[in-house]
Amino acid sequence: MLRVVRRASMSLGKRAFLRIASILFALLLTGFILSILKYNSLQVYGEMVFGAVGSSYRIQETINKMIPLLIMGLGLSVCYRAQFMNIGAEGQFCMGVIGATYLIRLSGTSLGAMTIPVMMLFAVVFGGLWCLLPAFLKRFYGVSETLVTLMMNYIALKLVSYLQYSAWKDPKAYGFPKIANYPDEALLPKVFGIHIGWIIAISFVIIIYILLFRSKLGYEISVMGDNFETARYAGMKTTKILFSAALIGGGLCGLAGMIQASGIEKTMNDQISSGMGYTAIIVAYMSRLNPLALMVGSFLFAVLLQGGEYIQSSMRISSDIAEILQGMILLSILSSEFFTEYRVSTRKKADICSSHKTCSY
Amino acid sequence: MKRILIIVMVTLLMVSLMACAPVEKPETSNTSNTESGDTKTDSNDKKTVSGLKAFTKDELKVGFIYSSPIGSEGYIYVHNLGRLALEEMGIKTLYLENIPETSECEKAARDLIQQGCNVIYAVSFGHMEYIANVADEYPDVYFNHCTGYITKNNMSTYMGKIYQAQYLAGIAAGMRTATGKIGFVTTFPIPECVRQVNAYTLGARSVNPTATVEVKWTSSWYDPATEKTAATELLNGGCDVIAAYCDTMNPQMAAAERGAWATGGTSPGGEAVVPNAFLTSAIFDYATFYKQDIQEIMDGTWSSTGGFKWRGLDEHVVKLEGISKNCAPGTKEAVDAAEKGIIDGSLDIWKGELKDNTGVVKVKSGETLTDEQLLALDWFVEGVIGKVG
Repeated sequence: MLRVVRRASMSLGKRAFLRIASILFALLLTGFILSILKYNSLQVYGEMVFGAVGSSYRIQETINKMIPLLIMGLGLSVCYRAQFMNIGAEGQFCMGVIGATYLIRLSGTSLGAMTIPVMMLFAVVFGGLWCLLPAFLKRFYGVSETLVTLMMNYIALKLVSYLQYSAWKDPKAYGFPKIANYPDEALLPKVFGIHIGWIIAISFVIIIYILLFRSKLGYEISVMGDNFETARYAGMKTTKILFSAALIGGGLCGLAGMIQASGIEKTMNDQISSGMGYTAIIVAYMSRLNPLALMVGSFLFAVLLQGGEYIQSSMRISSDIAEILQGMILLSILSSEFFTEYRVSTRKKADICSSHKTCSY
Repeated sequence: MKRILIIVMVTLLMVSLMACAPVEKPETSNTSNTESGDTKTDSNDKKTVSGLKAFTKDELKVGFIYSSPIGSEGYIYVHNLGRLALEEMGIKTLYLENIPETSECEKAARDLIQQGCNVIYAVSFGHMEYIANVADEYPDVYFNHCTGYITKNNMSTYMGKIYQAQYLAGIAAGMRTATGKIGFVTTFPIPECVRQVNAYTLGARSVNPTATVEVKWTSSWYDPATEKTAATELLNGGCDVIAAYCDTMNPQMAAAERGAWATGGTSPGGEAVVPNAFLTSAIFDYATFYKQDIQEIMDGTWSSTGGFKWRGLDEHVVKLEGISKNCAPGTKEAVDAAEKGIIDGSLDIWKGELKDNTGVVKVKSGETLTDEQLLALDWFVEGVIGKVG
């Protein structure tokens, strides 16, 4: 019979081999699908990479895709390290956009140069509070945060739709459901052709790295994440730690929303999140909740997204096929993660235990 | 160990970046061609009226931006037939489908231009502002937007006057309905759709003065499920003819399931889908427009300033697809007479006196609606049940 067994540990070489093998496996598998569809798979892969990093314009576009994934990935890492299973990045992102847009509707251009900082504050507060509610329910009523955060995504998304189609609809748009564009004061300036979201993202990589690995709160978060009872026994204020993690996580997701709205979209609409909140979960786990690794992980994922879009026009591959390719590659990489932690054994329970120093099941 | 892994990944990334660097060269030289190369090219190059370069057939690369999947029917499908007609002429084309009406459209346009496109056609109303932004960035690229109202030196707006064909379809519906109740399923309360509902109603009431047309909005360009539900609701309310202007044939199929009748909008071929319900269909023939427009670019006569490029029955950009066996006797004669009138100008469907559906006179007797007024049309004519917005 087959058994899934946790691995004691794995050497770096083996781990690297497994990852590379998984990527090769994904390429082979998708190559098979592509050959059924009569495409030259090598050419498709080449075009994907070329489309993502082949010119300065494309690198800019890839980085545009990377910024929200990175910032949300950072926020989620804080939550996950505290064992707060926040699936609600999508919703917190939307609330951030709503917060930013709400400020613009309140103040218009009257804040001048202070518009962007205040927008950021609004976005962080909206996103953070949206994430605090499930933390509150978890702490005081034992409600599963996974479910609550997931369900709150739909509420936030529908709220955006409602505002776009009714309450905040631009009366000058000839009946088209659209919210008026932000004024120029509310648009992020550009540095090297990319909106300054990339500078904000890099700053937060450093901040979250210090927070997680060099601060008291970070230490408390990791202790509480490893074992809640230990943290409580050591006299840590677990409620405070949990709420801090939720606020930081939700706040960063909200900030990512504001950056997307102000830097790219220039308004709010119900397509603005387009599933990035869910993608960020994958990116965070792929990067093993490490801020530095997240920079690489989010970049690689952005390459996959941007390359997937490029081949649609250059190779005339339909958007569905491009999405299947992305999905296959992702699935293989994720399943390799599984094999770095576990292995499949055909031996009996006793044999496995005797051959390992630790046996955990 | 994690740290080493990160280092390995970063190095891999750097290597992959460097490995791609030499490939960049032909790309950049290619883009400079489209971005600034035009000003430096030889003096014997023809220029259009707008001062843009007149491209030859080999130089042309036309990019299309579609808001929904191409599919096998509907609005995007007819535009794609136009693209295929250009391909048949030997012109290179690229397209991107399923582009939402967000900044994604801006990115799509830039992506196409970076791949060498020098003419862009964007077909959805919500793409307008984004195309206008990109048009400012690339003054040497031709931009064309369908159904909107923004024009620039290098950006024109074009549209098939589908409302003319809808007027004719309305006649067929008005003669067929037994209950006097007609249902109309369409997308957003934008002027383009309001015009069609109004024209359809005027057509129906020209032969059946007490007929009403009830409108349902789907709030999406492509939402097969809602399109069907909306039609079912109209049928439940007593409608026995369903008209639709959306991206699928689902409203017509809902009518067929109830044994009611239906008229089509946008793409040809409705009779094959719902043979027993199909009356007729108001359809586009954008291939005619695209061939003409591209010819103007090649000839150097293209201009965005000479008014909106609204083409109607007379230029064959819109038409009525045959009168089916399901139509009431005499329909063909009535439709043909109206079509002839619209083409030779003796029939102006917007001629006053026209009241809106709250009883206010909107067009006085002896007056008519100008293209500018039609562009911003935000009221329903008498006989329409529903509200704009």
